[in-house]
Amino acid sequence: MEKIYTDKTEKCTLVKARPETIEFLLAYSKSLDITETKGLQFESNLN
Amino acid sequence: MVVQIEDSQLVKKYIQGDEKAIEALINRHNSRLTGFIYSKVGDRELTEDIFQDTFMKVIRTLKKGAYNEEGKFLPWVMRIAHNLIIDHFRKHNRMPMYNSKESYNIFSLLGDEKLDAERQLIKEQIDTDLVRMIKELPEDQQEVLEMRIYKDMSFKEISDNTGVSINTALGRMRYALINLRKLVEANSIVLTN
Repeated sequence: MEKIYTDKTEKCTLVKARPETIEFLLAYSKSLDITETKGLQFESNLN
Repeated sequence: MVVQIEDSQLVKKYIQGDEKAIEALINRHNSRLTGFIYSKVGDRELTEDIFQDTFMKVIRTLKKGAYNEEGKFLPWVMRIAHNLIIDHFRKHNRMPMYNSKESYNIFSLLGDEKLDAERQLIKEQIDTDLVRMIKELPEDQQEVLEMRIYKDMSFKEISDNTGVSINTALGRMRYALINLRKLVEANSIVLTN
């Protein structure tokens, strides 16, 4: 009987942002500080 | 049974300082937003950049307390991503710009660089008139003008080829142009397309 080769050479992966990007965003979120003085907002990055 | 916290609840928690909430929001919408961006830009790296910029803007807006669309978190994020995609294409001139006025002309977007039939005829007429007038110029001026305009030679090269000084070549070119203008006037020729 004929052999059927069903090994997949390419797997379809779900499109998602890389874990590094997510990590960067979380670190950015933690480091971002917004201070408000006399109605003015200031952004600072506390690394 | 897994209970999923609503986006609006997570947003509220994040604004109150819970960093885990933003992680949950990013992970929840990661696939959908990435798919959306990728479907527009078709480039993996660029998708990653726009995804990152989108959430940076989300984070900044939430931390500033400027978010006021409770319950519509995902559409808001998608809109930010959409605007960033448009900004990207504008910067790289890949998308034609058109205004939303009813009177906009579709041919201004579809037209090519070529002249239309009428303008092509006019151009040919102008070229013929010019060649005819150049032939009326004194031979030395004609020679400099042809070398400069048609052969695109520098005045240094013209001077080497004709055996006159650069200043003489410049002077001949100047007189050639003055005489051409006189001829145009005398023959009442219009040289504009």
